[in-house]
Amino acid sequence: MTGVTVPGQAGVPAAESGPMVHAEQVHKSFGSIEVLKGIDLQVRAGEVCCLLGPSGSGKSTFLRCINHLEKINAGWIRVDGELIGYRERGGKLHEMREKEVAAQRRAIGMVFQRFNLFPHKTALENVTEAPLLVRREKRAEVRDRAAALLERVGLGDKLGNYPSQLSGGQQQRVAIARALAMKPKLMLFDEPTSALDPELVGEVLDVMKDLARDGMTMIVVTHEIGFAREVGDSLVFIDGGVVVESGNPREVIANPQHERTKTFLAKVL
Amino acid sequence: MSVGTDSPERARPEPIQAVPVRHPGRWVAVAVIGVLVAMFVHLLVTNQAFNWSFMVDNMFRPPIMAGVRGSIALLVTSMLIGIVLGVVIAVMRLSENPILRGVSWAYTWFFRAVPRLVLAILFGNLGILWARIEFGLPFDRQIGALFGIQDFEARLFGFSAVDILTGFVAGMLALGLSEAAYMAEIIRAGIQSVDEGQTEAAQALGMTRGQILRRIVLPQAMRVIVPPTGNETIAMLKDTSLVAFVPVSAELFFQLRAVGSRTFQVFPMLVAATIWYLLLSSVLLVGQYYLERHFAKGIGRAGQAKARLRGMAVGGGGVTGGGGGV
Repeated sequence: MTGVTVPGQAGVPAAESGPMVHAEQVHKSFGSIEVLKGIDLQVRAGEVCCLLGPSGSGKSTFLRCINHLEKINAGWIRVDGELIGYRERGGKLHEMREKEVAAQRRAIGMVFQRFNLFPHKTALENVTEAPLLVRREKRAEVRDRAAALLERVGLGDKLGNYPSQLSGGQQQRVAIARALAMKPKLMLFDEPTSALDPELVGEVLDVMKDLARDGMTMIVVTHEIGFAREVGDSLVFIDGGVVVESGNPREVIANPQHERTKTFLAKVL
Repeated sequence: MSVGTDSPERARPEPIQAVPVRHPGRWVAVAVIGVLVAMFVHLLVTNQAFNWSFMVDNMFRPPIMAGVRGSIALLVTSMLIGIVLGVVIAVMRLSENPILRGVSWAYTWFFRAVPRLVLAILFGNLGILWARIEFGLPFDRQIGALFGIQDFEARLFGFSAVDILTGFVAGMLALGLSEAAYMAEIIRAGIQSVDEGQTEAAQALGMTRGQILRRIVLPQAMRVIVPPTGNETIAMLKDTSLVAFVPVSAELFFQLRAVGSRTFQVFPMLVAATIWYLLLSSVLLVGQYYLERHFAKGIGRAGQAKARLRGMAVGGGGVTGGGGGV
């Protein structure tokens, strides 16, 4: 809200054909509490990046900054070269209008911890809603694509069910299909399996693995170390609002360099 | 561990045959209520002041049916104004713009503070303020004087206030504007009852604020909004009788009372009024039932039962996962 400070003012680098997500020095405060204290992150196209960290470390907040659900106070975030939430004109940043922000979000899918399916719509309607309303696509096309997506996440027989009739794992898979229906170039997962019964975690992770194999760029906030090790291309450990350690997930998990990473991994492994 | 359902030595036990708990209180209550009902029926049948035949002969006469139509028209139009304006005021109240918030608060404050009866009479007398109501450039005379033009008038159209603001329109405005204040509070509560995550999920899909309100939040808020709106509609049905003071004569209670005082049969006509209002509210209750059922879609037991039936028709069992949770 109050003046976004641009590092070096003219220091916002021009759009380049670089990483899919590029964040520099991201700061975010809620009132007087600073939650993010300068996060840097780069995620290449097709990469699966896992964000790890204790609760309250700011990893979810950072994820929400990437699609501008939270406004950052300093630093910048680019997705596919495009500055998020702001437009640069004449060396100055201009806040985007609500419609422009909404347009940016179309290309960024998001999956929430608590699913947040629309309870008054069936599984199929949940998936078709945004393409019909936001992308104004043809109904028949959207319906077919939505049915195919639900089929892909293993719910081809649940098209007409309301969310309240689905298990948590099924709801989360509908939520993934709903995000995919917008044909995003980036998917954000905010602890997608944390609200699930242990026996249902696997079915959601399987869908995510399948997505990763297909080359989707993914940023996943998770406590599933196994998933990070198996599917992740990079792992970023966040604590106290800063990146403590990052690198290849298998190396970081097997041989953490930082003391805080060690204690955290010792607890969750 | 063996479960002995089919083992012969463990036969099914005898069904329980216990003496049920007695409820003597119920019988006493039935006796007391029976006597009271009998007394009431006796009163209805034997007391000549009811004059039933007169009531039945008179409660469906043309002027009274016109009154019924007038009351229903007033109910529908004022509730429409109330709901549409109520949504606008509720959205203003929840907006980020402090001026809109303030205006909305002031509106609600004014129209909830002033009694409807006072409003009805006030609107009926607005003609005292202006002979004509005209639309055009505001302060046109003053602006004209500023530029040295005498009697500068920039008005597009107008109408006689006395013609419009007496009778039906005044009553409709008084009731509708007052209702909007109450509806705004009901709708605001409904909107706020919808989980924040719904808005976030919709935002993440690229929907704009208007789309989210229309497609995601309001349909879910309806579940909370409909029951108190039913209350408001029934209250409004009764409050249409207030417009007699505007005055409006094409209104149910005014017409019934007119017959009563003309024929000196006041009491039968009051009973007729009671019956008419009972009838009309019963119709509204039926409408409310169907509305509530419609907006319970996907939520709670009604939705689940319906979909379970559909699931059986399709013949789909849970192949993946463990069937329906929750």
